[in-house]
Amino acid sequence: MLALVSPALLVILLLIVLPVGWLAWQSIYHDGFTLEHYRRILSEDIYWRSFALTFEISLFVTVLALVLGYPVAYAANAVPKAWSVVILALVLLPFWTSVLVRAYAWLALLQRTGVINQFLRYIDVIGEPLALVHNTFGTVVATVHILLPFMVLPLYATMQKIPNDLMQAGASLGASPAFTFFRVFLPLSLPGVLAGSTMVFVLCLGFYITPELLGGGRTVMVSMLVSRNVELYNQFGAASAVAVVLLLSVLLIFFVVSRFISLDRVLGQK
Amino acid sequence: MTTKLGFRFGHALLGASFGAFGLAGTAAVAAEQITFVSQGGAYQQAQTVAILDPSAKKLGITINQDSIPDAWPAIKTQVGSGKPIWDVVDTPTGYCLRGGEQGLIEKLDFSKIPNAAAMPEAYRNPYSVSYEFYSSVLAFSQKTFPKDAPNSWADFWDVKKFPGRRALRNHPIATLEAALMADGVAPDKLYPLDVDRAFKKLEEIKPNITVWWTSGAQSAQLLNDGEVDMEMAWNGRVSAVAKEGAKVAFTYNQGILQSTSLCILKGAPNLDTAVKFLNEAVDPVHQANLPLNIDYGPGNPKAFDTGVIKPERAAQLPSEPANAAKQALMSYAWWSSPAGEAAEKRWATFMQK
Repeated sequence: MLALVSPALLVILLLIVLPVGWLAWQSIYHDGFTLEHYRRILSEDIYWRSFALTFEISLFVTVLALVLGYPVAYAANAVPKAWSVVILALVLLPFWTSVLVRAYAWLALLQRTGVINQFLRYIDVIGEPLALVHNTFGTVVATVHILLPFMVLPLYATMQKIPNDLMQAGASLGASPAFTFFRVFLPLSLPGVLAGSTMVFVLCLGFYITPELLGGGRTVMVSMLVSRNVELYNQFGAASAVAVVLLLSVLLIFFVVSRFISLDRVLGQK
Repeated sequence: MTTKLGFRFGHALLGASFGAFGLAGTAAVAAEQITFVSQGGAYQQAQTVAILDPSAKKLGITINQDSIPDAWPAIKTQVGSGKPIWDVVDTPTGYCLRGGEQGLIEKLDFSKIPNAAAMPEAYRNPYSVSYEFYSSVLAFSQKTFPKDAPNSWADFWDVKKFPGRRALRNHPIATLEAALMADGVAPDKLYPLDVDRAFKKLEEIKPNITVWWTSGAQSAQLLNDGEVDMEMAWNGRVSAVAKEGAKVAFTYNQGILQSTSLCILKGAPNLDTAVKFLNEAVDPVHQANLPLNIDYGPGNPKAFDTGVIKPERAAQLPSEPANAAKQALMSYAWWSSPAGEAAEKRWATFMQK
């Protein structure tokens, strides 16, 4: 068994553990032990603002993805197999386009001269174009689009394992479809909700290109501070300290989630 | 053992990610060679035609090319490892200076670089020599402003006289200079920058800025799609958009003249050849050929005396003497001074307020 996994372990060690460890080391060591970079993060309020904004956006994106993704997963689970393949294919299709291309596609849709504003003006709903992009709104919309599959797939996998008999049993006892859904189906799908939400939330914390292109410069997420600090402080430590704090928050989230649900379900789809 | 393995592995990684031109086999080649790094794309292609291929031929050397959008982190990593693989880098002048001060860049011996020694003092520093010029200019839509277009940063700041949506670069460099010129400071009296005054002036325009752009491509898209009516942008980006047929134009008046420079990594594997190449690369004739291939001005002003650049073409270039006279010449020395670094740090706070 160990022989089988050792190549993978080696790759992880060399490509993830060592570089990340090295970066973490640099954040506390530069010509001697220093907590300078962490002191800066705690004392300058731009960091606090950025972390707060990043968590706020991630939370918002997660809720939206759940609201949009749950019905899709439910439909994919409820319809005949042939149709569920179509639905899942549609969910996965945008996956094959790069994040950068999708960001520009959203620009074409959302900007002042974009499709949506043009249409709304054409049908005379609005006089002046709406500010749909170059702000937090545009960032959230595009991020939800990119992360939606990470919500739908775990939900779908969990729903697949809910036996249909339970719903029929509920119905045979006289419960309405809505009642069986809320009392039986929804509680059983909660592990999927938690798994999908964790994935989306954690991935969103590290988003870079989308807020950079669609945020108009005002939506400064943590990843952008990382890149800014490389430029500003001439030391990787200044940037990696920010990354370490973000990494620790992610680990904390996983830890909290693991108290409620086995991590296998979040990461591996058992 | 571990360090050695890690080391080799690091090199293999660098080779795999940057070395599009096969660095592995070069040790066997007898002729002199260097590895030259620029920013890729149409810009590096133009250099290849105008400067790199002719220089290689004239010197009888092989120039291996590499490209990276932002060379600074790679310079730090390579020199930090003790065994850089690059020799000469074309990067914004500020990085050459900052790198020189941090011991990452070789100090130049100008007696071995006569072409650079003949250039004006303002066009070189102990660590690097100007390679090409571009300008941060005021660009505008001719649809919004068919006549009486904004022509100065004071106009850009005047939202009553020139209504419309505006964009600036999400970066203090050149933006602080523009703010001070809008506040009445003369282009040749900018440095040392009055940082407080500049940020105060920026606060004034901030509510009227629709987008703070981060990449040149983004600035071009904003102008091209009519997302903004005026913005600060790099001259080459604006002229490219105009060439595509968009009704946009720009003025060199109060532009901020910026440069990229050539510098040599500390401990470069082919130092002597690198110095020879550096001299050849700023040769007035090669330099004069650059603007025939792309909208950037030669780093060596002597290029304008070669007769290679026709007067009509010269008039379009940022570093042409008459155009240069209307602009502010960026002081990279100020920006890499402690005051400049402090101003850069202040930017993020300004943006998030």
